Amino acid sequence: MSHAVTPYLEMSQVIAEAGGETLKKCYQCATCSGTCPWTPVIEFNIRKLIRMSQLGLEGIEEHMWGCSTCKFCVDRCPRGVEIIDIVRSVRSVYAGGGMLPQSLRAFVGSLQARGNPWSGDAEKRNDWAQGKYPLYAEGMEYLYFTCCTACYDPRNVQVARATAEILNKSGLSWGLPGTDVNCCGESLRKVGDLELFEKLKEKNRGIFSAKGIQKMVTVSPHCYQTFKKEYEEDYDIVHFTELIAGLIQSGKLVPKKDFGGIKVTYHDPCYLGRHNGIYDAPREVLKALPGVEFVEMERIREQSFCCGGGGGGLWVERAKGERLSDLRIEEALSTGANVIATSCPYCIAMLDDSIRTMNVEDRIKLKDVTELFYESLEG
Amino acid sequence: MSRIGVFVCHCGLNIAKTVRVPEVVEFAKTLPDVVVAQEYKFMCSTPGQEIIQGDIKKHRLDRVIVAACSPLMHEKTFRKVIENAGLNQYLLTIVNIREHVSWVTEDEEVGTRKAKALINGAVYRARLLNPLTSRFIDVNPNVLVVGGGIAGIQAALEVADAGKKVYLVERTPSVGGHMIQFDKTFPTLDCSACILTPKMDAVNQHPNIDLMTYCEVTEVKGFVGNFTVTVKQKARYIDHEKCNGCLACTEKCPGKGVSEFDEGLVRRKAVYIPFPQAVPQKPVIDRGVCVFFKTGKCRLCEKVCEQGAVDFEQEDRFEEIQVGAIIVATGYDLMDVKPLVQYGYGKYPGVFHSLEVERLFNSAGPTGGKVVLRDMKTAPRSVAILHCIGSRDKNHFEYCSRVCCMYSLKFAHLFKEKTEANIYQLYIDMRAPGKAYEEFYARLLEEDVKFVRGKAARVTENKENPEEAGKLIVEVDDTLAGQFMRIPVDMVVLSPAMKPRHDAKDVARLLNLSTDKYGFLMERHPKLAPLSTMTDGVFIAGACQFPKDIPDTVSQALGAAAEALTIVTKAKMELEAATAVVNPAACSGCMNCVNVCPYGAPQMNAEKGISEINEALCKGCGLCAASCPTSAIIARHFANDQIMAEMEGLMEMEM
Repeated sequence: MSHAVTPYLEMSQVIAEAGGETLKKCYQCATCSGTCPWTPVIEFNIRKLIRMSQLGLEGIEEHMWGCSTCKFCVDRCPRGVEIIDIVRSVRSVYAGGGMLPQSLRAFVGSLQARGNPWSGDAEKRNDWAQGKYPLYAEGMEYLYFTCCTACYDPRNVQVARATAEILNKSGLSWGLPGTDVNCCGESLRKVGDLELFEKLKEKNRGIFSAKGIQKMVTVSPHCYQTFKKEYEEDYDIVHFTELIAGLIQSGKLVPKKDFGGIKVTYHDPCYLGRHNGIYDAPREVLKALPGVEFVEMERIREQSFCCGGGGGGLWVERAKGERLSDLRIEEALSTGANVIATSCPYCIAMLDDSIRTMNVEDRIKLKDVTELFYESLEG
Repeated sequence: MSRIGVFVCHCGLNIAKTVRVPEVVEFAKTLPDVVVAQEYKFMCSTPGQEIIQGDIKKHRLDRVIVAACSPLMHEKTFRKVIENAGLNQYLLTIVNIREHVSWVTEDEEVGTRKAKALINGAVYRARLLNPLTSRFIDVNPNVLVVGGGIAGIQAALEVADAGKKVYLVERTPSVGGHMIQFDKTFPTLDCSACILTPKMDAVNQHPNIDLMTYCEVTEVKGFVGNFTVTVKQKARYIDHEKCNGCLACTEKCPGKGVSEFDEGLVRRKAVYIPFPQAVPQKPVIDRGVCVFFKTGKCRLCEKVCEQGAVDFEQEDRFEEIQVGAIIVATGYDLMDVKPLVQYGYGKYPGVFHSLEVERLFNSAGPTGGKVVLRDMKTAPRSVAILHCIGSRDKNHFEYCSRVCCMYSLKFAHLFKEKTEANIYQLYIDMRAPGKAYEEFYARLLEEDVKFVRGKAARVTENKENPEEAGKLIVEVDDTLAGQFMRIPVDMVVLSPAMKPRHDAKDVARLLNLSTDKYGFLMERHPKLAPLSTMTDGVFIAGACQFPKDIPDTVSQALGAAAEALTIVTKAKMELEAATAVVNPAACSGCMNCVNVCPYGAPQMNAEKGISEINEALCKGCGLCAASCPTSAIIARHFANDQIMAEMEGLMEMEM
């Protein structure tokens, strides 16, 4: 009877105990899979993953790596199922069994060996700064946690430089972390390597506490989320766009350059928007730039369309036709925008890749909100 | 010296699971003045009651203690038991060893010790209990029904047919409620107006019914058997005594309002009747859109009225009525689906909610029964009906709204009957629990309605290929086919959650009712007393209690009528005697009691300068007695000496 399956409840129990208890609440209404941006694009179906987890059915392997943890399903779920927790629990149960897909092993190995996911040398973490920016010392107000992607990824290094310049001009007391810090580890949590995450977390916590760090500013919403909600400390964290919005409002930094009427649209990163409710600050910054015509896409704010980079998606190789960031660029193009702005290094990496592989560099440019703001200060 | 009997109930396992009842009984036997102590599985049952009555006679008991469930459950029962055995009913005290002991701990030791302590306290108190005499007061034989939908109408007719006078108060200009908005009703496909308009007419004609439309209840005072209710007759600006219903005034009126009855699909005039079969058939003027009230010019209606019935000077009038019982049948609202942005209501004209669609189907509706889109001419060639919009959803309303699966099936049938359209039904579960309901579902499958099992995730206009141009695309993961689908349709019908009326809380406050966690009016007990409330004399029926279909609504209305009749068919009713009384010699006139009483029972006698307590209003809560600085107030049955004695008994025990 090769077409008959039998529930294997011990597997379901293991997943529930690993943090996926709310899978019991699911009544398979299909709101999650109907809402998920991936369902029409790839084989992955989140509802099926939960169904298999409920009964311990085979086939979980095919569905466990698709989710980019964008949280749209969680927001819509009528039963309050913590879907991302279930995804993480399933992955931790299986990844613990050594079933990480090939494309994800590299970045996990890099984190294990070098404390960052980009196979960069740990001591070269601050090389992008070229010695121009202060290191955090006790007594300074803000630690600017740059995010590994901003330190090592060539496109995002430009964001690091722009943001550092802004901080210098702001008159705030701030400093970069030393090269002893490691990655916030957020992507490890999402792919289920909870043990390694804890190791990296303890190291960072120790360094922060030794330096008496309380206030932080980050450019990555993923770092923001991790330090704020997963480090179990009481850090006072702001995202960079919130910082800039505050500086504009208090008059400390005033945008000068006129952008000549370019159309700019904004992509809400999932971890800044849905996960942390920050929708207005980036828009305030963009709308404060003179000569910018701000246009909204249709899928904005709580309905933003994921770029596909979260949950380990940044490192997964996807074929053409299976990339969410391609669809997002299409949507941006349909608004007539010349520039798509965003505020997350993962979104930048994904959308930048899409623009180049779709060959639309002449039609639309990708900028971080901070890069546009920095440009506007030049006058 | 008292002769006390202690009767300890097992309540099945409810008490016996945690309290060692035999041990408690043995303990009770050791207490002074206790001449008999017994146990039984269900003391409230006939054999249990007979044990008590038998022992009262055999042992010549003069005080009875029953250790069982909460007095709210059976105090009245046991009072009657001892009264029938010849004892004054107030020589009973109930010890709660269920809700206060076995339902709050799993520890047998603690439970048993506490039960013993409570009984010890009760014995101390029982020695000091006095016989009390109930007073009897007259009962007003009239009944007030609030709400003129099917529930209110049915309840009013039933009470009126039983020979009692009914005041039927309806807030809108006509009776009929939501039901008269419907076209056909499931599962019989009866035309709603055909079955309801005769009843609407009946309430208008019945000699025992005083139909008060365009009226609202503004104040309720009094108590069961003697309510004084203030009803506001809102100004119609039409004198209904003179008006003969010719409706000439409505023809030329320039005022533009939005038809509430037609769910905003069309406009109406300022002087209007809400729908052609309105009862009464006489118009009202909506002063918010009346050109005369807004600009001082017009008065066309006044000019054409041959009866001289238009009266712009009219004002709201207040009338006081006396009733013995009140039935609340105020109905429901549909939730506003606009905030559920994923479905595009309000954004895409092709998206409708269920009441709008009822008006489209209805032959007396804005399209004369033709199914067309909002342009009032295009017929849809494909329709998707979306279930569970806002219901069964933690983000909106957790409960199931009960009727939408069935009316969605009805819609599918009517769409098939009136159009050539392809019909899709997107559902999570098909709920068809009534008589002939499952068969109705089976019939719809035979009518080739396409059922898709999956909750619709999104309605969008974004097209992915040229075939989708001009359509609304419904996105859904069909769980049975295991496929994500894009279904292109011309029209989307949403089945929104049914929720309490927006002012249900105000109604509740007026009548001293509780509301449940969703805001529905709360019944006394969901299974055994679904129509009565914690306020004696006030009953609820229909969707104001919880979403339900017409058969259940009518059943509840008839039940509420019966409940109301149990009060108003009696000439007199017995008042609770465990109330407070003021010793005039000790009263200093400080008014503390007047200020603390939540029920307005103590009233100052200005002449004598002392407080007097209205026994009918007093609930015996004891606040006044506690707040009286001269101890002039005695809370009968809970007097100071009785309470102190009980405390002595409690503290004597080591916990």
